[in-house]
Amino acid sequence: MVALFIGLNVSRTAFSKSVYHLSIEYKSIGKESAKKMKIHEYQAKEIFKFFGIPIPGNTVCATVEEVVEAYRSSNGLIAIKAQVLVGGRGKAGGVKLAKNIDEARDAAEAIFGMQIKGLTVEKVLVYNALDIDKEFYIGLTNDRNTKSVMLMVSAEGGIEIEQVAKKSPEKIIKFSIDPRFGLMDFQARNIALKLFGDIKIARKGAEILKKLYRCYVDMDSSLTEINPLVLTSEGELVALDAKMNFDDNALYRHPDIEALREVTPDEEEEIEAKRKGLSFIKLDGEIGCMVNGAGLAMATMDLIKLYGGNPANFLDIGGSSNPEKIVEAMRILLSDDNVKVVMINIFGGITRCDDVARGLLEALKRISITVPIVIRLTGTNAKEGKEILAGSDLINVDSMGEAARKAISLV
Amino acid sequence: MSILIDKNSRVIVQGITGRDGAFHAASMREYGTNVVGGTSPGKGGQFVNGIPVFDSVEKAVRETGADTSILFVPARFAADAICEASDGGIELVVAVSEGVPTLDVIKSIKFMESGGTKLIGPNSPGLISPGKAKVGILPGNIFKEGTVGLISRSGTLTYEVINELTRSGFGQSTCIGIGGDPVVGLHYIELLTMFENDPQTEAVVLIGEIGGDAEEKAAEFIEKSMTKPVAAFIAGRTAPPGKRMGHAGAIISSGSGTAAEKIEAFERVGVPVAKEPEEIPKLIGVKL
Repeated sequence: MVALFIGLNVSRTAFSKSVYHLSIEYKSIGKESAKKMKIHEYQAKEIFKFFGIPIPGNTVCATVEEVVEAYRSSNGLIAIKAQVLVGGRGKAGGVKLAKNIDEARDAAEAIFGMQIKGLTVEKVLVYNALDIDKEFYIGLTNDRNTKSVMLMVSAEGGIEIEQVAKKSPEKIIKFSIDPRFGLMDFQARNIALKLFGDIKIARKGAEILKKLYRCYVDMDSSLTEINPLVLTSEGELVALDAKMNFDDNALYRHPDIEALREVTPDEEEEIEAKRKGLSFIKLDGEIGCMVNGAGLAMATMDLIKLYGGNPANFLDIGGSSNPEKIVEAMRILLSDDNVKVVMINIFGGITRCDDVARGLLEALKRISITVPIVIRLTGTNAKEGKEILAGSDLINVDSMGEAARKAISLV
Repeated sequence: MSILIDKNSRVIVQGITGRDGAFHAASMREYGTNVVGGTSPGKGGQFVNGIPVFDSVEKAVRETGADTSILFVPARFAADAICEASDGGIELVVAVSEGVPTLDVIKSIKFMESGGTKLIGPNSPGLISPGKAKVGILPGNIFKEGTVGLISRSGTLTYEVINELTRSGFGQSTCIGIGGDPVVGLHYIELLTMFENDPQTEAVVLIGEIGGDAEEKAAEFIEKSMTKPVAAFIAGRTAPPGKRMGHAGAIISSGSGTAAEKIEAFERVGVPVAKEPEEIPKLIGVKL
């Protein structure tokens, strides 16, 4: 095989599924559980590089001219990949190869400004296309069941990985890592031997596995994937793609990662709410919900739907008793013009009903509220809470079912 | 009987000098829990509402004979506090703290396992054996002693269900909030096993939510190993995929972890699933 492949050999593409990282969506099989902050492929690759994991070139371009420049200093065949924080880049036409300057220019012009799932492509990643012998999958994630870090590897990497996971799960080797000991040399070697067969390649692979594990743990990632890790015709292993998500709860240890956060327009409200200690997700119904606790908030939405209504949002005020939070919560709820009625469902535990009531009175004072508010207060200090609210316009009910029915009747 | 805690549990509060720690130490003692002490490094020798404070768990255990601990410490110190409790000889640790990094939780669970300590949480409201002891932030007045065991991934939703059970005359043996995080200590299967072996418990209510496959695994376990009746409720039937519903654990990803899949798994093994919290007592009533 030619070491540096010049020209798009279509017949070879058809012959072997493992050619170039072209217009295909490399899907993730890592089932992530924690809330994740995502970063771009080129950012993940920078992190990989820092940890010594081999990557192809990593030139980030923001203009067509930069892509042309990047082509000039390339080996003659480049891959151009749209950098947006959603999957499906390939399918949308956001990944292209170019074998001359004209193609590079055309590809760049096509990709820049392209809309992929509502996001505009502003940056592309350019690197030398490699001659690939085989594609592998490597993934790391936190596993709920084994309460450990799960390493997943497969010799069937690439586009079909999701299908492989579904149809022939035996082709994915899973290994649970005890974080007290990390991934030990012999473990990495044995897994790599199973994956790569040849001991010479396995040695290189074991190094990558160990480095990737170190990267995962040190960065408090919640999902790190290389798909594909490619074996080049020169016998080198290279991470052709890179995906890293992070555990939001650990970002306080990684201000450098937090600084990379890009907020999509529909996330803005949610992020803003989070800053205020609220968990908010906008939906498209008319009943604005304010609930304490995620489980109860979900059950409240379910109940509204069950009785024939539509929730406008998920809003969990969390477990604290700060009246200021209630004011903020009301503000967020009422900023949605679709909201025709507000339903408040509070079962006091660590949240005290009197604090919620005080917050509501404060909100009534500060915000002009024109929609009816149905409130159900029970649990810790419910009696005091109800007393505080006596004389206000709020509609007091005793059960969650009653609150839902009442709210629906007022839409 | 009851499981995990009872009248004889000797409880310390880690972080007792904080606002929540002090409030709930008093509330637990008021409920009848034998709160024997608290810890707060640097504040040893003080008293909070008459409860002695120690600098370390080790010292608290030595002086009070504590076997159970509940922690109200900030998330970034929680994993360390869990390990300290385990190392200090505590048998059951309850972690209320929310927002603990998952890798920290994993490390502390592995640390505890070697010492044989059990963990509830993190991000848990704790547990209660009504009429005997409460180790958590649950509002004690809604519970009633009885024969229904309850396991839940949620906090306030648990209160809602308990309220319905109590109102319908079904008291409880022990109720446990296992915590809303993806990785937590004791989970459905360990607790179902304890309930199966507990003479006081005659039926179990399981409250699950979207995300992960623990409910599906619990359903398999119930079919194989439970003789006592179980009823379930799943929150998040209407949750949109890919969004985290407050709990780190409550997210539907990669086409799995949906409420529909969980409900189907339970119904397949003969566990009835309530459509709303009010329906749970009826389902239990039929089974008992």
